[in-house]
Amino acid sequence: MRRTFLTLLLLSAAPAQADSLMPSAALADTQLPDARQEEQATALMETLRCLVCQGQSIADSNAEMAGDMRALVRRRIAAGEKPDDIRTWLIARYGNWVSYDPPLDAVTWPLWAMPVLLIAAGLYLARGRFRRRGR
Amino acid sequence: MIAEAGLAALWLAAALAALQFAIGALGLTRGREAMLLSVRPVAMVQAVLAALAFLCLIVVFVRVDLSVALVAANDHSAKPLMYRFAGAWGNHEGSMLMWVTILAAAGGAVALFERRLDERTLVATLAAQAFIGLGFYAFLLFASNPFSRLFPVPAEGQGLNPLLQDPGLAFHPPTLYIGYVGLSVAFSFAVGALVTRDVGAAFARAMRPWVLGAWIFLTLGITAGSYWAYYELGWGGWWFWDPVENASLMPWLAATALLHSVTVLATRDGLRAWTVMLAVVAFSMSMVGTFLVRSGILTSVHAFAVDPRRGSFILALLVLYIGGALALFALRVGTVREGSRFDPVSREGALVVNNLLLSAILGVVLIGTLYPLGAEAVTGEKLSVGPPYFNAAAGPLALILVAVMAAGPLMRWRRDELRNLVGRLALPVLLVALALLGLVLLAPPIGIFPLLGLILAAGVAAASVAPLWKRNLRRTPLFTYGMVISHLGIAVALAGMASETAFIKETLVAARVGETQTVGPWTLRFNGVKPVAGPNWTAIEATLTATRGGGRPYLLTTQARSFWTPPTETNEAAIQTVWDGQLYVVLGKGSDDGRWQLRLWWKPFVTLIWAGGGLVAFGGFLTLVGRVRRERRAARAEAWA
Repeated sequence: MRRTFLTLLLLSAAPAQADSLMPSAALADTQLPDARQEEQATALMETLRCLVCQGQSIADSNAEMAGDMRALVRRRIAAGEKPDDIRTWLIARYGNWVSYDPPLDAVTWPLWAMPVLLIAAGLYLARGRFRRRGR
Repeated sequence: MIAEAGLAALWLAAALAALQFAIGALGLTRGREAMLLSVRPVAMVQAVLAALAFLCLIVVFVRVDLSVALVAANDHSAKPLMYRFAGAWGNHEGSMLMWVTILAAAGGAVALFERRLDERTLVATLAAQAFIGLGFYAFLLFASNPFSRLFPVPAEGQGLNPLLQDPGLAFHPPTLYIGYVGLSVAFSFAVGALVTRDVGAAFARAMRPWVLGAWIFLTLGITAGSYWAYYELGWGGWWFWDPVENASLMPWLAATALLHSVTVLATRDGLRAWTVMLAVVAFSMSMVGTFLVRSGILTSVHAFAVDPRRGSFILALLVLYIGGALALFALRVGTVREGSRFDPVSREGALVVNNLLLSAILGVVLIGTLYPLGAEAVTGEKLSVGPPYFNAAAGPLALILVAVMAAGPLMRWRRDELRNLVGRLALPVLLVALALLGLVLLAPPIGIFPLLGLILAAGVAAASVAPLWKRNLRRTPLFTYGMVISHLGIAVALAGMASETAFIKETLVAARVGETQTVGPWTLRFNGVKPVAGPNWTAIEATLTATRGGGRPYLLTTQARSFWTPPTETNEAAIQTVWDGQLYVVLGKGSDDGRWQLRLWWKPFVTLIWAGGGLVAFGGFLTLVGRVRRERRAARAEAWA
């Protein structure tokens, strides 16, 4: 249900974005002429979830909506926007679900602290295993 | 008839599992010799019956017996024989039946082959194995009966997901499952040894080959799965940190840690409680993975069973088995003596660091996979945890682990001097420096992770063969070769991953027939498109001619396929392997003005990823053969003495 709603939301949002130089369908599968911009766009697309797929990024999905989102990313990058701003804009629309890169906030800080906590806990557990040196 | 025979065999196998558990438990508590002796044969017969049930399912699938509900839902008479065969496990019920069959077969194999373990511990192990089996037999018989009939019988089946109609499917799930479920033996060994208070070096030596066997299959299964996703999904990705991929990686991480800690226990009688804990954790990860995949709780390409009742059933089993084993561990850990201690700078010390890092990576993967579920349950907000998180959180840990892997095998047991170690590591370190220099001078600027990966791969490749340095190669035991080859495999795979990430070239175009495109060093001419038909699909097939410099041309064909049972579109990528990488071409949609979408990738040395995975598994195989031979020899020597 939520997914259907999101799809509708995106579809209704699409016409507002259709005022660019290139038709969106072409940008879905055509690279930007500037190699550096294309690299930025690809890196961003690989971390955005295709909202109608099962566990795929928009960079590797055949779904129509993924194509629309790729076109959107390329168009905004070409217009000079920063990848992080585009991500923020998308998150504002679709929630954190759309980004594979979880933000650092009240909900996710334990997640980001995890590697350090795990290593610390492991060291604490392992300390008893060792014999003192110089015996 | 065959379906009923399969169901009967399944019920009988379940009954024998109950018997196996009962006589094992009674034999141990009452001390009845006859009961102890009959556990082995019961375990073997149970394995045969479960295999029989699985065979019956394969037969109804191959014959396309549409009166069986499962066949009607997943089979189709137009499907090629191989996919009718493999389709038996390309669905929820069938794959669970395969799971249980492997569980029973693993128990049967232990009953048949295990001779080194203390007899009482063996009985406790087989009783534990049967107890696990009981839960999953109940799950099959009460919540996922693969043999239930359908009336009226439909005229035709609904077919198999076309993505799964691939030779990879015939091979990948069984391999992975043997690995997953093979770890149940380690779990049961741990439970058995806790019950009889038998945790020690002899127990570790007995358990090691079983862990190794499961680990080899797990390694092969993950490698094959990665390649399958790479060529079948048509986007050229080899790892996406998808929950289902993570579900297969987690048992592998735990099993790899176990493999190393069991060596410390077998050789130096250290890390007793920790090894037992890891054995419990490894199979627990298999069960957690099964739950995640089978319950459909995580949305993913693999979740073809979305049924909450089944999910809760597996969850209950999970709580019962993992909780039970942990409770037993907590009760008995006091009686497990700590085992011998050791110096921080020693082989054991390096193996502890290995275990620490592998466990931390396991924790990161587990928590990253489950976090969205927890966050949604608590806050109601849906969030995604994907490659950016896992790469950032697990990547550095993995690189440190690989560096430790280079040094560990060069250290002495018990106690070593840092000074001597530096001497032994001089050559690999020199190579790292040279690789670093070469990359900085020659290669185009690349990211910090791929750069670290490449130079580490060079150093580790050198360090991994260093244990053979100045040794009599013919006297070196087979398991040392195995370790060397496995570690070399890690370096090879790492080089492949780093190279693919750093040097990949991509071209996306809308091309007309006759035009040429370039990607990296390659020039591709688009020769044309034509329609083709297969047994259950039609397709548009594009052909291209690829040349590099003045070299020989390669003809590439790629298809956009349309299956009609069920209706699905897939892309068959054209993959040309050359010595230094792969050219990967996919045909997309056509447009009205006669252009065709083409996606072209040049992936330098990408093949090293799977070659490395294969080497890791092959090294494991050599180690297994070497260990089993040595155990045999030791057993014979004991018999003579």
